Amino acid sequence: MPRDWPKRAFWGDIMVVVYSDLKRNGFELLSKARELADKRGNKVCAVVIGKDAGTQAQEYIQRGADMVIVTGSSMEHFNAEDVSDILEVVVKEERPEIVLIASTKDGKELAPRLASKLDAGCISDANKIYVDGDSILAERVVYSGNGIAVEQFGSFPGIITVPGKAFDPLPIDPGRTGEVVNRDIVLKQQRSSIVDVQKMVSEGVNVEEAEKIVSCGRGFKKSDDLKLIEELARVMNGNTLGCSRPIAADLKWLSEDHWVGLSGHKVKPKLYIACGISGQIQHVAGMRDSGIIVAINKDADAPIFNSADYGIVGDLYQVIPKLIEAIRQKM
Amino acid sequence: MNIVVCAKQVVDVGEIKVNPSTNKPVLEGIPKKISDIDKNAVEEAIRIKEKLGGKITVMTVGPPDAKDKMKELLAMGADEAVLIPRPQGADYHIVSKLLSKGIKKLGDVDLVLCGEASIDMFSGQVGPRIAGFLDWPQLTYSFKVEAEAGKVKACRNMGDRMVVTEASCPAVLTVTKEINEPRLPSLMQILGSARKPIHDWTVSELGMDGETARVLERDLRGVKMERKNIVFKDDLDEAVAQLAERLAKEGLLG
Ligand SMILES: Cc1cc2nc3c(=O)[nH]c(=O)nc-3n(C[C@H](O)[C@H](O)[C@H](O)COP(=O)(O)OP(=O)(O)OC[C@H]3O[C@@H](n4cnc5c(N)ncnc54)[C@H](O)[C@@H]3O)c2cc1C
Ligand SMILES: Nc1ncnc2c1ncn2[C@@H]1O[C@H](COP(=O)(O)O)[C@@H](O)[C@H]1O
Repeated sequence: MPRDWPKRAFWGDIMVVVYSDLKRNGFELLSKARELADKRGNKVCAVVIGKDAGTQAQEYIQRGADMVIVTGSSMEHFNAEDVSDILEVVVKEERPEIVLIASTKDGKELAPRLASKLDAGCISDANKIYVDGDSILAERVVYSGNGIAVEQFGSFPGIITVPGKAFDPLPIDPGRTGEVVNRDIVLKQQRSSIVDVQKMVSEGVNVEEAEKIVSCGRGFKKSDDLKLIEELARVMNGNTLGCSRPIAADLKWLSEDHWVGLSGHKVKPKLYIACGISGQIQHVAGMRDSGIIVAINKDADAPIFNSADYGIVGDLYQVIPKLIEAIRQKM
Repeated sequence: MNIVVCAKQVVDVGEIKVNPSTNKPVLEGIPKKISDIDKNAVEEAIRIKEKLGGKITVMTVGPPDAKDKMKELLAMGADEAVLIPRPQGADYHIVSKLLSKGIKKLGDVDLVLCGEASIDMFSGQVGPRIAGFLDWPQLTYSFKVEAEAGKVKACRNMGDRMVVTEASCPAVLTVTKEINEPRLPSLMQILGSARKPIHDWTVSELGMDGETARVLERDLRGVKMERKNIVFKDDLDEAVAQLAERLAKEGLLG
């Protein structure tokens, strides 16, 4: 039981275990893991699962892992039941102090399942992690952006999920060496099975990196009308469209890579123009770090105006064409 | 099919302000409500019950005043409710274990439904934690659910892909906001809900006295957002000209 473990919990020399379903996030986790382990003079172990795990193991070593456990070659698709069983075995053997898991949707359903199997604490979506004396602290956004909670583990191991881009990956070090361990962990017969997997359509936009975003909400009456903001984005030299959750998730007028908010992408462009978006806190949570926020909404009482630097109360079908014209003249 | 819906009472996050002198979010005196997506979970449970029969139990770990809000879920169509007090300083480990033990105590449960995440903490921990404790399958982020006797199938939004997962019961499902439109109860239903039972279960009867939290909150800081809040209205041509002017001055039209 974790509570009987000594204060510095890890027994062997592995301090952090890292798992990510996406390699890119794995590199980011390794960089933070490296920093934590170096503070204690201990090691980082990464777990890679699946058929092509072998090559990934070498890349993980070049990006900071001391040891990589390769396992689960019979696993067809990610499923939280199998992966939590695998990580449970690894954590019980290696006894790390911290387990870092990428906050993809896979990771977000995996981490708490694993936590309950280990009777462990789990901190979701931490974007800061640091050592404070004997403890590891993690900070996360709570109350839809109104607060930051600083949390600490009361027992070990502690599991933390980490959103993408919270940490920068270490550069590749081709000379770095480490140990690759092939582990055959026998998977249980699960009571669930994946019967179909379909890739979601993606338009390949990267709202997180965009400098200017023009964003649309349910104030638009039909998908064809999005031409209006496409045009606005074009004259602004912005070209990046964002949207509220209903536009992507309900109406599917835009792919999910445009979705801004608490459950979508967190953006911080220099300019964010919200058109026909009411400004519910879950939307604002995703764009509140923007430089200048502009709102266009026909309802003078819409909450978006409280979160905006500049606002125009008016029908977007009238305002946007005029704005396009005015900006064209200034450019 | 017997269904448990886990529902949480939360503060209405849209109403939170940050106290400028303490720099902490003010959480007292804020209106409370059932976390949005938990109503989608109740709605889905009702639709499953309408097809397959059975019983719906709403389970909450929370303060005594949560009962008022739980009545709304009974009015929607849940049959009964269980309130378990939330121990001081309880973390996800304690809350989820209380719910898991509550589900065991209830017995004969086929499905547990949770929201994809709560609106105050947005962790998405409770569903998968319950599934882990009970060693049941978990079907997370479900936006379409088909249940039949003894099994359940869900279409799940996993971000970059849509995954269809099938499981035999008992199983845990977490649902998205898009899965359905929660019904508004009629006046008759609201009146009728007064007769539906809300049971009080204790932490000790669930064998959880003295359980220690695994995660402690060291600090909670407020995050203020200051904006210029300059709003143009009435004359649209004038408004647009003003806005373009400001954006140019801010150097955003380059
Ligand atoms: C747990 C949880 C997570 C969530 N995550 C997100 C998230 O990540 N991102 C997100 O966006 N939402 C999220 N939501 C949903 C959020 O609460 C709101 O429901 C959503 O943002 C509303 O989208 P909207 O503003 O497009 O639509 P609405 O709220 O319907 O607003 C439409 C607006 O358009 C205006 N309008 C209508 N016609 C015109 C016109 N002709 N000209 C100008 N204005 C017009 C209206 O006045 C209104 O203000 C989440 C909700 C929950 C519960
Ligand atoms: N205290 C609670 N009581 C009952 N159910 C809860 C509680 N906290 C969370 N849940 C359930 O777990 C889901 C996810 O919450 P969270 O893990 O806080 O994001 C919620 O939508 C509820 O269905």
